[in-house]
Amino acid sequence: MKKLLIALVTLLPALALASGGGASLLKAPIDPTDQASLQSGAKLFMNYCFGCHDTQYQRYNRVAKDLGIPDDLMKENLIFTGAKIGELMLNSTTDKQAAKWFGQTPPDLTLITRSRGTDWVYTYLKSFYVDAERPFGVNNPLLPGVGMPHVLQSLQGVPTATFTTDDKGTKHVVTDEHGIIITETDGSGELSDDEFDVAVTDIVNFLVYSGEPSKLERQSLGYWVLGFLAIFFVLAYFLKKEYWRDVH
Amino acid sequence: MLTNLVNWIDKRIPMTDTFNKHVGQYPAPVNFNFWYFFGSLAMLVLVNQILTGIWLTMNYTPSGEEAFRSVEYIMRDVEYGWLLRYMHSTGASAFFVVVYLHMLRGMMYGSYQKPRELLWLFGMFIFLVLMAEGFMGYLLPWGNMSFWGAQVIISLFGAIPVIGDDLTLWIRGDYVISGATLNRFFALHVIALPLVLVILVFLHIVALHEVGSNNPEGIEIKKPKGSIPEGEKAPFKFHKMFTDKYDIVDAVPFHPYYSVKDIMGVIGFLFFFCFVIFFAPEGGGYFLEKPNFEPANALKTPEHIAPVWYFGPFYTILRVVPDKLLGAGAMFGAIVMLFLLPWFDRGTVKSIRYRSLAHKINLIQFCVCFVVLGALGTMASTPVANFIGTVASFGYFGFFIALWVYSKNEKTKPLPERISH
Repeated sequence: MKKLLIALVTLLPALALASGGGASLLKAPIDPTDQASLQSGAKLFMNYCFGCHDTQYQRYNRVAKDLGIPDDLMKENLIFTGAKIGELMLNSTTDKQAAKWFGQTPPDLTLITRSRGTDWVYTYLKSFYVDAERPFGVNNPLLPGVGMPHVLQSLQGVPTATFTTDDKGTKHVVTDEHGIIITETDGSGELSDDEFDVAVTDIVNFLVYSGEPSKLERQSLGYWVLGFLAIFFVLAYFLKKEYWRDVH
Repeated sequence: MLTNLVNWIDKRIPMTDTFNKHVGQYPAPVNFNFWYFFGSLAMLVLVNQILTGIWLTMNYTPSGEEAFRSVEYIMRDVEYGWLLRYMHSTGASAFFVVVYLHMLRGMMYGSYQKPRELLWLFGMFIFLVLMAEGFMGYLLPWGNMSFWGAQVIISLFGAIPVIGDDLTLWIRGDYVISGATLNRFFALHVIALPLVLVILVFLHIVALHEVGSNNPEGIEIKKPKGSIPEGEKAPFKFHKMFTDKYDIVDAVPFHPYYSVKDIMGVIGFLFFFCFVIFFAPEGGGYFLEKPNFEPANALKTPEHIAPVWYFGPFYTILRVVPDKLLGAGAMFGAIVMLFLLPWFDRGTVKSIRYRSLAHKINLIQFCVCFVVLGALGTMASTPVANFIGTVASFGYFGFFIALWVYSKNEKTKPLPERISH
């Protein structure tokens, strides 16, 4: 039986390699316990993203409670639609308007970090570059032909990429050794490059929270459960030993 | 007072007698090892699925418009709804983990051999119903992978000549997978199949207790009446249903000996189970798949449609056969082979401990092929993967053919008379 297990264990990594990987992504340096970052992320999200993207599975008062924002402050500063505090977070863009402006309804972002992955969202937000051929003047290597403008441009400045042209005349974006696009901004943004990174991190942190608001509670409960089971296992082991003493 | 109550009941239904027959005075072989935990663990997971399932239905809305939203409602607005949901979703995967290991145990120690063929068949029916249950349950969150996974599997029935298209229409209740499909899958998932499952589990246990448990040595603990001297018999009181017909050796009553041992197994299992629930409920994208965090969308095919991991082995067998109908045939054939295992094995020695080297190698290659097929089932199809998958499929079916060939005149080791000797 041992031989079998060893054979299986040695085989699995080989299979994993055979499957190959996707696009290279930056690692999002988020900290879900950092409430200041979450609050800043909520502020940025509500101001820059929420105009078009819903977070329709989440409620305002749940965000307020989990992020330590008093209800009245939440109402004054983060609810722009006149919704009540206990309502689901729906923006005021209608599907009809969205279809006219973007050709389709912008996706709901409540679960975006769970469907796309945290690092994907982080890298995506940092990978916009100027592309005059696109209707909104920007493109993104993570979602080629992206159908949204670079909404964080007023914070980041105008990001330009450098290009190389191959034998066939196709243009390619220049990337660093990890496959991440290199952009330079013109300095017209409100934030420095480092500050912009922090802002993006905060937004992603907030979206990760949105994806699963009970995550921190789940993990902290988990330690107690596993601790209890560990103690219970010792008791169960000695109980079994006591009963079986005469048999073996 | 309590004794009176028990007496009162016993005069009306055989409560104490049934308990003794199946638990308190049921003779279980003394030498159960690690592999014998998985039967009771499967029961534990079944209870977990039923209980968490009942509570989930209290807030789940089975309709195309509301299903996805209601799952997120459970995750956010229902008190400890996230815990119920993760217990249920992790439980589905855990069910297949313990059932696969339970089946491997049966294969290692020959627990399917005469007189336990019917016991094995009931078990296989449980496995079949469990796969249907898992498949239908997977549609209910109405995520995009739910939708496309169901699309792929249901379309398999379309490969059947003549009736194929009408059959898929009948299964879906619509021309595409829709709210109508979701509603009927919900009905089957929460009522019909669990009922069948519970009945089959009952029959599985009735069959087990009729023929008695096998053990790692594959040697019977029930000896002909009168063949064992008094001092050699197992020193416990067993139910007269067993002792009237047999002399029992090397056995202990199931309760308390294996009940306390199984508690240990349960806690050990729960440690891993709860680790996943509380720290990795997505199971690395295998228990809850990424595209399933997007609502079902008939216009947006996920990049790579993969069935849930527990269907992986059978999905790969389907995929490596170029023809759709033949592929579906091979996939169902793979399950049929398992059903017929008691008849492929013509040997009389049960346990792998006393069987030939050929059998050991054959079983190991079967396990390797099964795991490889499973892993490939979750990956994108490439020429290399298809080649490996084809080889592994031959290994899978080859196990049964080879077993049938060598088991007739297998060179086995001599069996001892008794487990303890």
